[in-house]
Amino acid sequence: MLNRFMQMRLRDLIILAIILFALPLFLNNPFHYDLATQMAIIAATVVGLNLLVGFAGQISLGHAGFFGLGAYFTGIMTSSYGWSSVPALVVGAIAVGIIAWIVGRPILRLKGHYLSMATLAVGFIIAIILNNERALTGGPDGMPVPAFTVFGWELSPFGSYNLLGMELNGSEAWYLFAALVLLVAVWLAQNLIDSPIGRALRSVHGSEVAARVVGVDTARYKSLVFVVSAIYASAMGSLYAHFQGFITPAVAGFDFSILFITMVVLGGMGSTMGVILGAVVLKLLPQVLADFQELETVMFGAILMLTMIFMPKGLLPTIQMAVGKRMKKKAGGQA
Amino acid sequence: MLKTILRRTGQVAAIAAAGLVMSAQAAEPIKIGSFLSVTGPASFLGDPELKTLEMYVEKINEDGGVLGRPLELIHYDDVGNASNARNFASRLIRSDRVDIIVGGSTTGATMAAVPLVEQAKVPFISLAGAVVITNPVKKWVFKTPQTDRMAAERILTDMKDRGITRFGLISGTGGFGSSGRTQTLDVVEQMGMEVVADVTYSGSDTDMTAQLTNIRNTDGVEAVLNFGFGQGPAIVTRNYAQLGMELPFYQSHGVASDSFLELAGDAAEGVRLPASPLLVPDSLPDDDPQKQVVQDYKAEYEARWDSKVSTFGAYAYDGLMLAVQAIEAAGSTDKEAVREALENIQGYVGVTGVFNMSPEDHNGLEADSFRILEVQNGEWKLIN
Repeated sequence: MLNRFMQMRLRDLIILAIILFALPLFLNNPFHYDLATQMAIIAATVVGLNLLVGFAGQISLGHAGFFGLGAYFTGIMTSSYGWSSVPALVVGAIAVGIIAWIVGRPILRLKGHYLSMATLAVGFIIAIILNNERALTGGPDGMPVPAFTVFGWELSPFGSYNLLGMELNGSEAWYLFAALVLLVAVWLAQNLIDSPIGRALRSVHGSEVAARVVGVDTARYKSLVFVVSAIYASAMGSLYAHFQGFITPAVAGFDFSILFITMVVLGGMGSTMGVILGAVVLKLLPQVLADFQELETVMFGAILMLTMIFMPKGLLPTIQMAVGKRMKKKAGGQA
Repeated sequence: MLKTILRRTGQVAAIAAAGLVMSAQAAEPIKIGSFLSVTGPASFLGDPELKTLEMYVEKINEDGGVLGRPLELIHYDDVGNASNARNFASRLIRSDRVDIIVGGSTTGATMAAVPLVEQAKVPFISLAGAVVITNPVKKWVFKTPQTDRMAAERILTDMKDRGITRFGLISGTGGFGSSGRTQTLDVVEQMGMEVVADVTYSGSDTDMTAQLTNIRNTDGVEAVLNFGFGQGPAIVTRNYAQLGMELPFYQSHGVASDSFLELAGDAAEGVRLPASPLLVPDSLPDDDPQKQVVQDYKAEYEARWDSKVSTFGAYAYDGLMLAVQAIEAAGSTDKEAVREALENIQGYVGVTGVFNMSPEDHNGLEADSFRILEVQNGEWKLIN
């Protein structure tokens, strides 16, 4: 029974759903909900990035650029042009998808460091534009973003809501919304991974030449997954902007791109649950370490370094492997 | 080794526990929250601000606290990042439940926290410069530094006094520079002056000769104004001297610190800028109401930290003192009462200027709280 459950395709999704909906039992003030909501949004972004990095084996150091574009598209359209949130999110995501496709075709021909450099440049260019178009984006000091609205119904972190007879404050409502979004993001990603496209992508990761020999149109699949991960980033950027209520060009900055890629590597490349864990750990650490003051940065670096030295595959895959070995030993002993 | 660590931890825990018991016996502390850019690119703002807050909270507690209650400073480092600032503001308000917030080193960090502060109804005194923070007025948000608009007004008034009406503007593309540029262009129209050349540089540029040559070759330019902070303005100043430009040269208050003199060296000779009187405490006339406050702050800060005083720390000094004065006037830490008291503070003599708050003005300073200084023989000289 347990074994069959462990082999189910939707196992991870169910476990994640249980964790997400049990979590509120441990959250006791709106600040915790605040953090959890951000984690969910960032985790969904990283799940998208993982499709590109973990499955197709392509590095993107400019992903925050797409995230920032989505955030700013939403910010500008909803505040200056009076659009509703959903159309802004969707149109923004489509626009970013097209941009990703246009820049993706040529740069995905590059490999290794050259590909990293090219994506890095794309991220930088987007950040520079957001910084300098002061009339549109408010420049380096940022711009305010109105609350998320659907058909005149407003989801604000400061409102209060009634869901099936339960009284919810704005932070709790946002958390539930973000948790649902994360589940949908994971479900879509897992379906993509288990589809023929996913298999083609993994073959590209394994050996691009071999993949081409067996008839995989590698260029097409690579730009497809690049576009998909950019759309993930853009959509999550839009939600992030609504949730934060204020955005600065730092959301499209280099630091943020590096944070994303670190989450993927730390959590475990190619493991959807792993990268979510990576996002949670990296969002949580600065808050936990804040009490150590000057030592914060040193400890942060040390933790990352030690994890990479002793767990080069990432947090979750290493843990899973250790647990798997144990269980096998146990099973062997019994037989 | 491990044993020593364990023993140390034990000792620390014991001391902490003793501290807890003691503070439980004493009156409940007044919690002052702060998020500052203590490290990262804006650390030259956050570092002196934090030192000032720590030092004066200690001092006030030694003198018996406020309303008979000690102050407790809870502070976080936002590393100059706006989304961190928002998270820490959220933590201060919702988890630490502070009574008032004094912080926000940069405009971005401040503005990111504003929606939260307004909704949670917590008085917030910002230490950042741009005019957007208090214009339009936000019910719960105050600030202590003069706005960049006032700096622009002060500089342009001084130019006009010297008979200059047409000048070249060079500004950084960072938050400070680009906001300053917008304000300058706005003030220029009102004062009937004209910006004949308008060029920018980015924070990481290492040579601004091209931009300056552009200004020099513009017809009818009578002076040059640079709005920016960090290393950029020092490089502009050096390039200016290298090009042998003879026009009067103005900098903004963004570089009003002694480290600018070190960075720019001889090239800074003759540069004028608006600044806090803190840079020239001893040249202030004796009847200047700020003289005593300024001299005391400088002496106390330098004695305690063994480093040069900075105008940015003074913003934190004024912020803390305004908070204390408001809590005393309100007679409690009731947030609405403190907010109202803050709004009604009149004639508080601070290091930055004399504050006269009102419901329409949450900054409370006038443009003439800036003094115009000129660099002469490698030192600041008070002009007016």
